[in-house]
Parts: sequence; C-alpha cells; structure tokens
Amino acid sequence: MPLIVSAFASGLLFGLGLIVSQMVNPAKVLGFLDIFGAWDPSLALVMGGAVAVSTLGYLIAKRRGVPVLAPRLEIPTRRDLDPRLIGGAALFGIGWGLVGLCPGPALVGMTFGPWPVFVFVAAMIVGMAVFRLVPADWPQVTFRREAPRVDG
Amino acid sequence: MENFTPVSALIGGLMIGASAALFLVLNGRVAGISGILGGLLHPARIEIGWRLAFLAGLFIAPLVYAAVGGALPPVELDGSLPLVILAGLIVGFGTRLGAGCTSGHGVCGIGRGSPRSLAATAVFMITAIATVFVTRHLIGM
Repeated sequence: MPLIVSAFASGLLFGLGLIVSQMVNPAKVLGFLDIFGAWDPSLALVMGGAVAVSTLGYLIAKRRGVPVLAPRLEIPTRRDLDPRLIGGAALFGIGWGLVGLCPGPALVGMTFGPWPVFVFVAAMIVGMAVFRLVPADWPQVTFRREAPRVDG
Repeated sequence: MENFTPVSALIGGLMIGASAALFLVLNGRVAGISGILGGLLHPARIEIGWRLAFLAGLFIAPLVYAAVGGALPPVELDGSLPLVILAGLIVGFGTRLGAGCTSGHGVCGIGRGSPRSLAATAVFMITAIATVFVTRHLIGM
C-alpha cells in the first residue's frame, strides 16, 4: 500500500510540474524545438532543473542502496548503444516534433485539453501495443558470419 | 524569445525532478512515463497497482492544480486529425522500441549519467528539431 501511495504522489507531483512549466502545452514545446523560428528556450530550463534534482535523487538512492519502500532498486543497467535504442529514439523525436506531444504531457493534458489530445493518447497506446508484435531481435543490422549449420 | 518563461520553467522542472527523485528513493523505480504506461500492456506483469497509481496522479494533477486556485495553461494542439493520429502511433511505437521518452531518458537517465539515455536524448532532440524545421520552414504546415 505505501508503494501505491508514493507512486500516486510521484505521479501527481510530476503532473503538477508539467502544468507549472507549461510543458502540457504542445505549442510551448514546439516553440523550443523550432530553433530556426521564434525560439523559446523554456524547455531547456525545465530539463535542466529536472535533471539536477533527479541526479540528487539518484545519488541518495545509490548511497542508501535499497529504496525506502521496495526491496531493491530497479534501474536499467545496460550501457551499450544498439539499433533499437537509436532507431526508437529517432522515431520518437519525429512523432514528438510533428505535434509537440510526448507521453507525459499527453496524459496530463487529456483531462482539460482539446479532444484531439485524447485521440493522440489512444493512437500512442495502439503504437505501444503494435510494438509488442515486434520480434525481440528486430532490427538486425549486425554483420556477423554465422557458423555453418551442420545437421546430424 | 518573447515567449520565454524562465521562472515557471525552472520551478516546474524542479518539481518534475523532485518527482523522479522521490520515486527512485521511495519505490526504487525510474519515473519514465512511456515505460510505466507501456508496462501495463504486458499482462504477465503483476505490477499493475503502482503503475495505475502513478498514472492516476498524472491524471488528477490538473484537477488538483485548479482546485488550489492555479490557472491551467492552454493546451494548443494544432494539426489535422490524421497528423495527430500518426504522431501518436509513432510516439507510442518509438518510445517502446527506444525504451524511453523525455522523462525516462531525458530526466531520469541523464540524471544517472546513463550513456544510453544521453545518446537517446541527443537523437530524439535532433530528429524532433529536424521534424519541426521541415514541417514549419520547408513545407510550411
């Protein structure tokens, strides 16, 4: 139960941060991404402030070793770059740049924004579901010689 | 730079960072929105409770903000419906393939100094800026 309460509180604080920073407004996000137009650097300050506190949290979590409410830290440990990571990030950036919505602001903006935000979220969930159909080894772009198969 | 709102941006950013820090220190988890949402699509997982709770918090945030007297910012979403749908599909698919979005890679991953998250953030920033350049300045959408 405490895990549920703290998850709710974290989500609430995250959402409030997106509202206060106005990152729930796609036009504001596009203003940042439009570096060749009337550039609005606000998003850089949002990221900077968020990364600074998140770094602090990571240092505290690492020093403690164990989370306050859970049995262990569940942190990604991979450090290698692979085609899935880069390809996925590239795709995400294209979708983000098309209308200025990423997952967090879309979910927060659903309750008080115009109805197409809801459509975006529905399409996003469909996109996530489609990903589940993708084989775990796709895309294969590594060039390696396979050992000859010998039957029997 | 007439739209620049440095104070609210910094305060909001600190709140987002505090959320990520709290979630890591208390729950031991990364506050990555696409990962939390995407995890719900795996029925084998039994971690449905905290995922739904986090998303409920996101959902209720505007109501809480308005209830304490805050003026909600506008949500200006331009673009035709097919474009919005296409963008949603790409964002959903891309964030799962790339294992993160602005929150998981951008805020949490960079905070940990993860080379994967640094690379992913650089890549999605570049493709997003390029996309806006093409749509706004080349084909004038």
